[in-house]
Amino acid sequence: MSLTSDDVKRVAKLARLGLTEAETTETLTQLNSILGLVDQMQQIDTNGVAPLAHPLELKQTLRADAVTETNQRDKFQAIAPQADQGLYLVPRVVE
Amino acid sequence: MYEAVIGLEVHVQLSTDSKIFSGSSTHFGAEPNTQASLIDLGMPGVLPVPNAKAFEMAVKFGLAIDAEIGQESIFDRKNYFYPDLPKGYQISQFEKPIVGPGRVTISLDDGTTKTINVTRAHLEEDAGKSVHDAFDGMTGVDLNRAGTPLLEIVSEPELRSAKEAVAYLKVIHSIIRYLDISDGNMAEGSMRCDCNVSIRPKGSDTLGTRTEIKNVNSFRFVEKAINTEINRQIEILEDGGRVIQETRLYDPDKDETRSMRSKEEANDYRYFPDPDLLPVVLDDSFISACRDALPELPEARKARYINDYGITDYDAGVLVADRDVADYFADVANTSGEGKLAANWVMGSVLAELNQTGGAITDFAVTAKQLSDLIARIKDNTLNSKTAKTVFEALLASEGEVDAIIESKGLVQVTDTGAIEAIVDEVIAENPDQVANYRAAPEDKQGKMLGFFVGQVMKKSQGKANPQAVNQILSAKLSG
Repeated sequence: MSLTSDDVKRVAKLARLGLTEAETTETLTQLNSILGLVDQMQQIDTNGVAPLAHPLELKQTLRADAVTETNQRDKFQAIAPQADQGLYLVPRVVE
Repeated sequence: MYEAVIGLEVHVQLSTDSKIFSGSSTHFGAEPNTQASLIDLGMPGVLPVPNAKAFEMAVKFGLAIDAEIGQESIFDRKNYFYPDLPKGYQISQFEKPIVGPGRVTISLDDGTTKTINVTRAHLEEDAGKSVHDAFDGMTGVDLNRAGTPLLEIVSEPELRSAKEAVAYLKVIHSIIRYLDISDGNMAEGSMRCDCNVSIRPKGSDTLGTRTEIKNVNSFRFVEKAINTEINRQIEILEDGGRVIQETRLYDPDKDETRSMRSKEEANDYRYFPDPDLLPVVLDDSFISACRDALPELPEARKARYINDYGITDYDAGVLVADRDVADYFADVANTSGEGKLAANWVMGSVLAELNQTGGAITDFAVTAKQLSDLIARIKDNTLNSKTAKTVFEALLASEGEVDAIIESKGLVQVTDTGAIEAIVDEVIAENPDQVANYRAAPEDKQGKMLGFFVGQVMKKSQGKANPQAVNQILSAKLSG
């Protein structure tokens, strides 16, 4: 399977990445070479092998339901590009 | 003729103290962003750690709907871009949800029941909130809600009308309230509903193109939104058009749905397993502990109420729908020892009042103790149905306790035969024409005519005479 430059543009748009034509071409080459590797892996017979959701064969640890975080809004908002009345401000998004 | 095919996706906010992947508080109504930690903000290098309580609640729900529990469940990333989702993806469950296929039973208007299959229920995190109108050219973002645990419950498209959809939603609401896993408050967004609606010619077994109505926030609006959407789709097909698959919003003011965005692109969520989270494996002891902690559920309670209190299937269904109402009724029925009367009063007066005021039974002015006192006074003939109503209204207005109200309003029922006889004599003396008519009438007409005299006697006694005694004495005196 290989991608076209339209695929790259569509994925970039979904991720809100602004790629130049040159970057699009370069990304296309890189992604296609990764997909080539995936194609190679697809050749392996995995019949009877259960899909693996995570490379580490471990179980997730759960935590108890307790509030452990304190309010650090001022620190977080000090590094935000813009904040007002406690809200983070971003360019307007219209639904 | 068309038939509607409806499936619901219900999002339920779980009432944990902390968020699903961080130790931030989920408390409602805090100052903006004071409950948004590094994890909720999606800062680089942080790791989510799932909340055990959220799993406990999800498993309880699964057990309550007789579902398969996913002993191994996996978190996936659902990728989309929106400012109130700082990571650029929502952690959700895709291929292996915590709750697999289950079922609930809904009651239909004609008295029959129908089983609705639940496809799955999965855990995910809620997004933050955007404020679009408060800043010039900017959108404000509050991330307090980001990371609040949600259980998304997906039904099979087996609902065939807006009424069935509402009945299903009410059953889900009833179950989550009984389990106490969410406050289920639709107006505040703790329970939200997306409705997938399509239509097809009756008898056809292929599915039409569906639209999804997002975030409908009351039972009434779910019914109206679905009906409006069904009619819109019928009109399109009748005009020879085609329904487009899209997301729509319901506008309750105009009672119409309108297009939100085309789903083709928005739907490309590029799910993949979240590498930050390992598979969650629940052992048998975790699940059996959840099972042991299950409360009595609505269906079981309904059967018990029918049996213990001798009330009808319909009455029991109404009374158990809300856990707090069910508790209140049981309290009244147990204290007064009168199941049937308690059911009549709770359904006829208490629920009617709550429906009108929109209040909660837990804050209701008339306590279960007061209502059972009132019923005791009906039982011992101190009150008749008319004076009992007066006392109930006084209780609603917080005018005091039952006996004090009866005393101060002079409502004690007159059962003294002598006193009633005196009034009956007066009425007979004052209405010679009616008396003559009555006596001349054939016996089968007299019963109906007696009503006039009963009314007069009750009026003279200011509603306090015992109606049975009045009837008896009147018929005796009139015939004699």
